Formats: sequence, C-alpha cells, structure tokens
Amino acid sequence: MSTTETATETQGRIYDVAGQDWDELVKTVSESSDERLVVNMGPQHPSTHGVLRLVLTLDGETVTDARTVIGYLHTGIEKNMEFRTWTQGVTFVTRMDYLAPIFNETAYCMGVEKLLGITDRIPDRAQAIRVLTMELTRISSHLVAIATFGLELGATTPMLFGFREREMVLDIMEYITGLRMNMAYVRPGGVSVDLPAGAVDKIGEFLKVMPDRIKEMRKLLDANPVYTRRTKDVAYLDLTGCMALGVTGPMLRAAGLPWDLRKSQPYCGYETYEFEVPTQNTCDVYGRYLVRMDEMEESLKIIEQVLDRLSGPLKTGPVMIEDKKIGWPSQLALGPDGLGNSPDHIAHIMGSSMEALIHHFKLVTEGFRVPAGQAYASVESPRGELGAHVVSDGGTRPYRVHFRDPSFTNLQAVPATCEGGMVADVIAAVASIDPVMGGVDR
Amino acid sequence: MTTENLPGLPEEPVARKGMFGVKDSGDTSGYNRLVVRRPPKLFSSRPYGSYFDEVADALEPTFADAIERVVVDRGEATFHVRRERLAEVMRHLRDDAALRFELSLGVSGVHYPEETGAELHAVYHLCSITHNRRIRVEVSCPDADPHIPSTVQVYPTHDWHERETYDFFGIVFDGHPALTRIEMPDDWEGHPQRKDYPLGGIPVEYRGAEVPAPDRRRSYS
Repeated sequence: MSTTETATETQGRIYDVAGQDWDELVKTVSESSDERLVVNMGPQHPSTHGVLRLVLTLDGETVTDARTVIGYLHTGIEKNMEFRTWTQGVTFVTRMDYLAPIFNETAYCMGVEKLLGITDRIPDRAQAIRVLTMELTRISSHLVAIATFGLELGATTPMLFGFREREMVLDIMEYITGLRMNMAYVRPGGVSVDLPAGAVDKIGEFLKVMPDRIKEMRKLLDANPVYTRRTKDVAYLDLTGCMALGVTGPMLRAAGLPWDLRKSQPYCGYETYEFEVPTQNTCDVYGRYLVRMDEMEESLKIIEQVLDRLSGPLKTGPVMIEDKKIGWPSQLALGPDGLGNSPDHIAHIMGSSMEALIHHFKLVTEGFRVPAGQAYASVESPRGELGAHVVSDGGTRPYRVHFRDPSFTNLQAVPATCEGGMVADVIAAVASIDPVMGGVDR
Repeated sequence: MTTENLPGLPEEPVARKGMFGVKDSGDTSGYNRLVVRRPPKLFSSRPYGSYFDEVADALEPTFADAIERVVVDRGEATFHVRRERLAEVMRHLRDDAALRFELSLGVSGVHYPEETGAELHAVYHLCSITHNRRIRVEVSCPDADPHIPSTVQVYPTHDWHERETYDFFGIVFDGHPALTRIEMPDDWEGHPQRKDYPLGGIPVEYRGAEVPAPDRRRSYS
C-alpha cells in the first residue's frame, strides 16, 4: 500500500509509512483535520532497545499519551525451568537479561542456596569470584547503556567508545568462563570452574586502562552542550514516583535515595568491600547518566579489592561447596583439545570407584533434591533490584521460579516520564530506563 | 496376601506413589505400598524471631482475623492473608509508622493443584526502606472462583505485575484498571504457568536416537 492510499477505520485514518515519498505523506497528513496523531514506535525501532512497542498519542510535537506494549520476546523461561533440574535452570536464567547474565545466575543460585540452607557454606573464594564477575558485568552493562544512549541522541562516538570498552570486559569473561555471554558460570553451591591461570593479571591490565577510558567518555558527554540540553530536566521522576512505581536502581538513586542492596542488605560478602553509593538529586536523564558513570568507577574499586584477595588470602581454595550431595562432582580443566574436561575425575569414576560412578550418574542425571518451601533472593543488578522467588516441592526440579526483573518494573515509568513532554524526549526517557527486553519478557 | 499386619495408608494427601517417577501403580520394591507423604502445611508460632514479632505486633491489633497463619522459614516471614481483607492489610503495611513497607517488589503467582479450595496463590514481596526489612504476603483463592482484590490502588507498581499473574495463572484481580494479558497475545487461550498447562515441544532426533520433549522425559520429582 502506498503512502497516499489511506484506509479509514473506526479509530480514524491510518497512514501507512513504508519508505515512499515523504513530501506526499506530509501533505496528506497536513491536509487532514485530525489534531491527534497516534504513532506506533516499535516494536522494531532501533532506539527501543529490542522489541518494545510504544503507542504514542501526539498533539503536535507533544506526547499526550504514552502506552507501552511488551511481550514480543516472551520465551517461557520460567515455565521451561519447571521441567529441568535445579542446576540446569542456570542455563535458562542467564538468557533473561542478556546484558547482565551473571546477575540473573547469582540471584537464582542465591535463592536455591537459601532453600537448601547452605548460604553460609559457600566457599569464600567462590563468593569473591561472584563479586568479581558481577562487577565486571556491571561495567559492561552500564557501558552499553551509555553507548546506546549517546547513539540514540545522535552521537556516534560514545557508541564506538562504549562498545570498544565493553569488548575488553567480554574478553575477560570469555577467558574466565569460556563464553562471552550466557555463560551459566554461577551454579548452586559456588561457580562452575576456578579462575584460569593468568586471569588476575589480565583483569589487572584492564584496571590500569579503564579509568582513563571512563574519563574519555566523561570528556565527551559530561559537559557536552548538545547532550546536556537533550538530557537535563528531561523525563523527571522524583522519589515519590519511584517508590509508587517500584522503580529501583540508577533511576532511584538519581532521585536522591542511596538505596543499593549491596550496602543495605549485603550478600556474597559485599559488606567487606569499600565503595560508595553514588546519588544525584536531579531526578532527570542527566542524573541517571551521572549515577551510571560513578557506579562504573565504584565497580573498579571493588574489582581492585577482589583481585587483592584472590591473589592474597583467597589465592587457593574450593570454588564449589564441599557437600558432595550438592556440589557438581567434577572440576573441569582445559584439555589439549581446547575443551573443558576432567581426566582425574574420569579416571576415578571409570577406573577405581563404582560408588563414585553411581554418585556421579545420580547427581548429573537426576539432580539434587531441594527441601520444600519458598525463598526470595535479590541482588542489585545494573538496572535495579533483581529478585528470584524460588519455590520447591521437595523434588529435583523447581516447582516454580519467578523473577522480579528490574527492567519489567521500571518500564512502567514510561507514561509518568514521557506524557506531557516532546516526542524526541521519549527516546531519552526510554534510554535512561535502560530496559533489556530479554529480562522484561523472560 | 493378608493385609492385617500392614500399616494403614497415611491420611494426608500423598505427594507421590512408587519410586523413580512412577506415577500410577507399582514400585520397583514389589511391596506396592511405598508412598512419599506431602510435607505438612507449615505453621509458626510466637516468638517468630528477628524483627518478625514487631511486624506481627503492629499488624495483629487490627487484623488478627485477617491473618490465617504466619510461616517463618529460612529466615523469611510469610503472612497468609484472607483475600477479602488483602487491600486493607496492604494499605496498613504501607502506611503504618511501625511497618512502612513503601516498596513492593511485585506479585508472583504459584499454582498448587492439590490444595483443594486454595489452588491459586498470589505472593507479594514487600520491602521497608525506612526499617530495612522484608516480608512476604501470600493470598490464596480457589480455582473455581479465581478472584483476588487488586492492590494497584496501594502499590501502583502492581499494575503490570497483576496483569502478568492474570496472564500466566488466570487469577482475576478485581478492581484492576485494565486487566489484560501482558506477555501472551491477546487472543491466547489458557494460562501457561498453570500446572495443568503442558509445556509442549516435539521429540528431537539426535545421532539416531530420539530425545523426547522435555515434559515427556523421565522425572524424578
């Protein structure tokens, strides 16, 4: 259908925009007597972070109504997990918020560990590695947030810089876990493998480079007049609004409340690290940007402290719980073929111990049983509070797992931040929420 | 075979019969009377420990009849509330100076088909920033009458969370401003997270062997 052909339906005239002559379209629209224009932004618009659909009612350039439609990326992760073992669940949850997979895994594993009652028995080295990978992921996630943010407001350089730096983090993650994303690294009871040799040095090099790179980014954006005009006093959401809408994370901290679960309800040993909770009180897009930049700098501080421990007091030690009924039986090591394998363990179960073979077979195929009950565990993900509600009926599979994803909840703030503003500010508002649709739709 | 010397079957609902995932008849022991009992309904009595007593103290004078039972398990407290009083209880939890649960972390549904008369549960996680506390509120409703009052008026964040729970479990939140599906398409039939809704999937052939769909594989639960 061409742009000039228009259909009349109950809701008014529909203009089909399919890349034809724009002058004709403008002429048709300006000739019509409609004062109200309903625009569908998405679900494939590049600046809606994946498949988010915004239905905007416009009066001229002003947005009078903003409605959010989600569900385009629903993959039934929560349902699928009910048909896999507790350990296999990790491979599903890591795919939810794909920019911060370690946080999904940690929240889920903390929930399972709470149900098992083994929270205090997780080895310190495993907890330190969890903190290390989480903070690295926080940096990479914030980098993507700021990079796309710049791009959506028309600046390409922050995008190039952000993705370049993120690549360094992903390389480190690949070195540690074997995969850049969706690594299923954190498991109930600890982490799947120990740090490879040289990982601490590699991250040390990253720590040397990164502060300057953050400064570069700040030079580009902090006082950039175009950027500040597009972001200051835009998408205002104060503390009352945040509380009512359940908004957490950088948006809440940009409204002035220093609420960070790492400080207020510490987990994984965060109470033993020194760092600040950055806040702003501008309640706008620019404040949220500043909070994210400051958080990256704080994350670097935490990583430095973790590295000191991993090369000092926690240099050796188990990374999986000692309990043989829960911990994965083998510890993988890099084989000559480049794949993970555990020759010692295979020699043990195949050559010397029938019981070990039975135990391995039972634990790997059947999985461990988790006592009946329910638990809620939450972590401070880059986007806010990520909670896992885990229910067990006493079996080897989760009875029900529900994730309280911060992107899902924060997206509810779109009408509150966009209505009454300009249509161009919608882009900035959605970017400052930093939704990841994989997490929203699960 | 005489049955005189055999113990009677337990009266509680039985979670499963037989072993190794056998759902219908005999187990591999040949004894045919192996049963695994369902764990009893948890119930905690005072003192609950931690700050849970203070929360209960602030709730009980007004809502003693609204709270069915309190469960303190694994360091977390769950208040089971009658659905008729839910909105009032939630408002009190949010506004009372001794409680101040300002932040709600949403609604999560759970389907327990074997709990006759209370098959569908809605679970609310609340957080108090003032006191740095967390509690859980749980409400149940029968499958035949799946109605729970909406709490969007108290916690506007529940808007999407209640839509999600309706979408996945079919719980109707009375008084919700626009209770429509949120994740599934509008014309979808059924509520996917319920236990009677199959996962689906097809068998996959791998190296000459056929791997059944996930919900057809052997289960040990």
